Amino acid sequence: MDFSIIVNEYQFYLEGLWTTTWLVALALLFGLLIALPAGILRSHENWLIKGPIWAYMYFFRGTPLLVQLFLIYYGAAQFDVLRESWLWYYFQEAWFCALLAFSLNTGAYTAEIVRGVISTMPAGEVEAAKAYGMSRWQTLRRIILPNSLRRALPAYSNEIIFMIHGSAIAGVVTIVDITGAARVVNARYYAPFEAYLAAGILYMCLTFSVIYAFKLWEKRYQHI
Amino acid sequence: MKKITLLIALFTFAFGTAQAKEWKQIRIGVEGAYPPFSQTEEDGSVTGFDIDIANALCAEMQAKCTLVKQDWDGIIPALLGRKFDAIIATMDITEERQKKVAFTNKYQHIPARFVALKGADFVATEEFMTDKKVGVQRATTMDLYISDNFPAAKIKRYGSADEAYLDLKAGRLDYVMADSAAITDGLLMKEDGDKFAFVGPELNDPQWFGYGAGIAIRKQDTDLAEQFNKAITAIRANGTYQKIQDKYFTFDVYGAE
Repeated sequence: MDFSIIVNEYQFYLEGLWTTTWLVALALLFGLLIALPAGILRSHENWLIKGPIWAYMYFFRGTPLLVQLFLIYYGAAQFDVLRESWLWYYFQEAWFCALLAFSLNTGAYTAEIVRGVISTMPAGEVEAAKAYGMSRWQTLRRIILPNSLRRALPAYSNEIIFMIHGSAIAGVVTIVDITGAARVVNARYYAPFEAYLAAGILYMCLTFSVIYAFKLWEKRYQHI
Repeated sequence: MKKITLLIALFTFAFGTAQAKEWKQIRIGVEGAYPPFSQTEEDGSVTGFDIDIANALCAEMQAKCTLVKQDWDGIIPALLGRKFDAIIATMDITEERQKKVAFTNKYQHIPARFVALKGADFVATEEFMTDKKVGVQRATTMDLYISDNFPAAKIKRYGSADEAYLDLKAGRLDYVMADSAAITDGLLMKEDGDKFAFVGPELNDPQWFGYGAGIAIRKQDTDLAEQFNKAITAIRANGTYQKIQDKYFTFDVYGAE
């Protein structure tokens, strides 16, 4: 057991921590931007609207994140059309492919959470809004969303944690995230226990910060 | 008293045989993603130079060998964790690795090289390599060489050399560094390989690339190393080695004696 190597190579881990943090944070932000409209429109009557959303959610919840990442990173490079277009400027970067895969993945899961909480909305509240003469948009904005999103918090905090842990696969496409840092250190010193334990501790710190933040947030709502 | 003497005798016997044990069953760790040394066939079996050498050595030692496939960056921990007893995977003998494992004598020695698109510039200076995207297999001697000599380059580390070739073809990398024979077989002779060529000199500075590739074993298994060394000498002498080499290469992969 030799933990001095972790201390010596701390800059790898710091870099990895930073990469994991911004990658996951941006993916969650984009995911949320996808999930809100997708989750709401998922219950739309028109098949032309809910069909594509259903297909998107079905695909991204039905396949492993690793497969999605491989499809986007190695799969996209196979098409000359893409490689010769301006899009390749982004697709050639590993971070972009990872961000895209992560955003679409968490977007699909979060959309399902949004759909779930909206469909379990107390019918009385919606009817009351209608009785007040609110339009559909007003009902959505004033009644449905505030109520359902509050109830979505516990499930969503879970999704964030899954995303943090799921991001560990970014390393397979050369990104040096926390796991990537551990692999570099392990590769150099052949000390898997020390290298991955340090990574585990960093993930734990990240996860507990998220759990703590959500606890505070949920508490705030209880007092309203 | 008699009983104790008997016990001691038994112990020495048991211990004595364990130490001078001749290995009859050996599990060998191989990689399966580093053609032509080791590659996985469509049916899941592994073939290649390393595999043929492993089988020849086992036949020479009259030992029963089982091949175990293991990803490269976990191969030394797996050896230490007793998942297998020896590694035959074109592993260069380096000082860093010798801190963890012991090696037999070398069984081949092939220089490393850079490969790039045909006509690409290449100067092996830190200045030129700054911000150049270089792909390398994680935890190899090449990885160490680039990390130490060109820290300002954008080093991309892959699980296998095959993945690095994919990204070189896709244009995500400027250079890939690997064993020259592996590049020839894994990239240059494959589809679209004619678009690529070696750049820069052959690299075999012992400080990074060691003294050729040997068979890695756990440090305490000196008897196994001895057994392998004898077998290597034997297949070199009886022509088996030559036969295997000719199957894969047109040049001498053993290097100087």
